[in-house]
Amino acid sequence: MSNFSNAFSSTLGKKLVMCLTGLFLSSFLIVHLTGNLQLFKNDNGLAFNQYAHFMTNFTPIKVVSYLLYSSIIIHSVWAIITTLHNRKARPHGYAIKPKDGSIWSSRNMGILGTILFVFIVVHMSNFWYQYHWGETPFVEYRTDLNTGATITKEIQASEFTEYVSYIDNGIEITKSKDLYKETQFAFQQWWLVAFYVLGMGALSFHLVHGFQSAFQTLGWNHHKYRPLVKFIGLWVFSILIPIGFAAIPLYFFLLK
Amino acid sequence: MSGNMNLTLKVWRQKNSSASGKFVTYKAPEISPDMSFLEMLDVVNEGLVKKSEDPIQFDHDCREGICGMCSLVINGEPHGPKRATTTCQLHMRSFNDGDTIVIEPFRAAAFPVVKDLAVNRSAFDRIQQAGGYVSIGTGGVPDANEIAIPKVIADEAFNSATCIGCGACVAACKNASAMLFVSAKISQYAMLPQGQPERYARAEAMVLQMDEEGFGGCTNTYACEAKCPKEIKVTNIARMNREFFNAEFIKG
Repeated sequence: MSNFSNAFSSTLGKKLVMCLTGLFLSSFLIVHLTGNLQLFKNDNGLAFNQYAHFMTNFTPIKVVSYLLYSSIIIHSVWAIITTLHNRKARPHGYAIKPKDGSIWSSRNMGILGTILFVFIVVHMSNFWYQYHWGETPFVEYRTDLNTGATITKEIQASEFTEYVSYIDNGIEITKSKDLYKETQFAFQQWWLVAFYVLGMGALSFHLVHGFQSAFQTLGWNHHKYRPLVKFIGLWVFSILIPIGFAAIPLYFFLLK
Repeated sequence: MSGNMNLTLKVWRQKNSSASGKFVTYKAPEISPDMSFLEMLDVVNEGLVKKSEDPIQFDHDCREGICGMCSLVINGEPHGPKRATTTCQLHMRSFNDGDTIVIEPFRAAAFPVVKDLAVNRSAFDRIQQAGGYVSIGTGGVPDANEIAIPKVIADEAFNSATCIGCGACVAACKNASAMLFVSAKISQYAMLPQGQPERYARAEAMVLQMDEEGFGGCTNTYACEAKCPKEIKVTNIARMNREFFNAEFIKG
């Protein structure tokens, strides 16, 4: 009777793809923000650089990250496909735009999504690309395990071969690419800070509609749990998380 | 009579489905506030007929808000500015003396204009024919209480069944999506025992027919719910999604 190609080629199936990739991307935001909170630690980036090394080298995380990159692409491509399909469904528009009581962001997910896509491209070329293949500063941390005091020293590319962390004579030595410094350097530019804050504004509006919308698409809209979904969508995903992310460039610009 | 209104109408005129239409301005003088919107158009048409002009074509039938035949987008709103009201039940007292009213047909690729303000909504009929029914073998009359249905479920199914299939949801949706209509028609059977044998086949067939007709997809703006003259809820759309995904991935 039914087959999977029917399921995914239908308008509902395309919505399902948008919904599942969207929810997956939303869940990543929690992980990403939690990790990035280490940027606020006053340790010259030791914890953050260790974390960055772990995230880029631990195999399960790498697998998930490829799922993530493909989700970004699928979510964007499917958005374009459905938008073109939806445009075709009304070739002749109205002379007077219908007043329909819908919220602004629900009608402008495409614009918000485009801003977010540009943001992701810029963000990934700023940090992800730079960290993997670009030129980064290098750093050496020497922590005296008896006193807990850490000495941070910038090292030259010639002194760095790969990430190492070992204990020598009661001193823990960590040599790492310095993504913390990179971050600090990037967010000295006011326009980049402004761009990041704007991007997080778009994220907020995208998720105020997107998060609860995904549950509607899945058919999960039980009247008991719907208020909870809306609450989480509003307070966690469109207020707390964007503010948390926006605080990072502002913190570096204003305080570092 | 005092208290009557003088209105200006901007009406979409289009000779047939292939002609390109345009707005034509008409005066609607001495309109009683107690008239319905369609009666106002009748008066304008009488004037046109007297002048040997082609009257404005618009759909109507029962004029009691239950048949789903009337349509029109009035000042950008399907069935006009009142909530839970069809065009035939809209009174002219909802407007003010001297107003200019823009009247357009429902716009959707799946609802081609027949003439002027009348659109062909037979796409809805074909969706219904794809599965919006219960196949029954006739026999003896069953006892009234043989199949017990909880009141809340019966009410919910009945609320879905109040959809009159007018197409205002399509007209209101920015994507010209028919999902509120289709979901109401799937829901009214999905909740009742009589609908169970064909439950998932119905959901699949109706959704695929909806796509076949060229309606857009739902982006959850909920404009349909706001403009539905029968106040059909978008919870129906969520239910349709469940029914369809169940049909495709689990029960099919």
